[in-house]
Order: sequence, then structure tokens, then C-alpha cells
Amino acid sequence: MIKVLFFAQLRDKLGVSELSVNSDENPNVQVLLNNLKAKDNHWEKTLASASLMVAINQTISNKTATLSSGDEVAFFPPVTGG
Amino acid sequence: MIKVQSENFNQQIEYDRLRQASHTGAVVTFTGLVRDINQGEQISALTLEHYPAMTEKALADIVKQAQSRWSLIDTTVIHRVGELQLLDQIVFVGVASLHRGDAFAACEFIMDYLKTQAPFWKKETNSQGESYWVDARESDQSALNKWHKV
Repeated sequence: MIKVLFFAQLRDKLGVSELSVNSDENPNVQVLLNNLKAKDNHWEKTLASASLMVAINQTISNKTATLSSGDEVAFFPPVTGG
Repeated sequence: MIKVQSENFNQQIEYDRLRQASHTGAVVTFTGLVRDINQGEQISALTLEHYPAMTEKALADIVKQAQSRWSLIDTTVIHRVGELQLLDQIVFVGVASLHRGDAFAACEFIMDYLKTQAPFWKKETNSQGESYWVDARESDQSALNKWHKV
């Protein structure tokens, strides 16, 4: 399984902070994103942002990165700390 | 030293700690505060969310990058999370080095990277009591890009 996390306005819009997906069906970030977008129009629209950031196992990554079972993938909007 | 905490910090204590290391000839510090106005809105409070498992790791990585570019003796990054009020301290970056050049550059570098790479998100409450997530600024991305040219 892969643990998927959402933060800030992304979590608020989706109404979900965490979910699990099957690693066989989600070999990389882009496929995972496509599968999540396929849930419904709201997910499709919310995850469509080009500025969406992704971290794998707590390190900033990108959409082409591969995934394996046990990974933690986080999606979030551009960060605004400091 | 890296800390992510809800409590306030004392600048004097942090500065004193940084200047104690041997060979230190320069200490540069930066402190970020909660502004009372942002993008034309009167602000009454600020909430900072973060990704707890990743935050300290991201800050440690930024400090490591700074250490590989400049000769640094010691570095402190403190970032607060949770509910903050107007003029509260949000972030502290302190850098100690032999000479001022390295400390000035590294302090700015750490802040520019923190602004665009560390997983913190601000939610503002305005004077009417409405809360909304703060949008990332284009200028923060441009500030980061200048370090790629060096």
C-alpha cells in the first residue's frame, strides 16, 4: 500500500487528509494523480493545478518519480511559510 | 540547530548561543513577523500549518545546502507553527561565520529556500473574522531563482 496525504487548502477542498492506495495500480506519481483525478469532477479540478507540489517519503519530488509499497506521498499547494 | 515549535523564541538567547562558537567573527540573524496587512487586507491573526514528519527534514536539507556553499560555523533555524497574533515572531534564522560575507549570503539563501521548499502554509484571519489560505508569491520564486545563477 501507498499512504497519500493532502495538506492546507488541498485537504480542505478534497475533504480528506489521508488515504491509502494500492501500489500495483500506482507505479509512479503521475499515474497516482490520474487515478485520484478519475474519482470525480471535483477531484479532477482540485488536483489539476500546475503548481501542485509533491513529496515522497518527506522529500520534495516530482510527477515522474516512481512509487513502491510503503511509500508516503504528500500533495500540497505551493508553500507559504517564513 | 533546527526547531519547529509553537512557543515563542528569544532572539537574545539564540544570538548569544551562536556567538559562543570558537572562531566566530560574524553573526547575521533574520526574524520574520506577522504583518498587520497583507495584499491590502487588514489581518487580525495567522495560523501556520505544517507537515510534521517532513518539516525538520526539509529545513535540515536547506541548512546542509547552505553549509556546502559557504563556510559556516553554526546555524540556527526556528519556525513556529499554530496560532499566531499580530507582530508575533514567526521565523528565526541565525548564521555564524568567520567573516560577514558568508553569514549574510547564507542567511538570505536559507530564508529564500525556506519560503519555497519547506512545508508550511499560512492561513490568515482578516479584521472581519474571515479566514483564508495565503497564496504563494511569484516574488518568492524569483528570489530563489537568483541562487541558481551564482
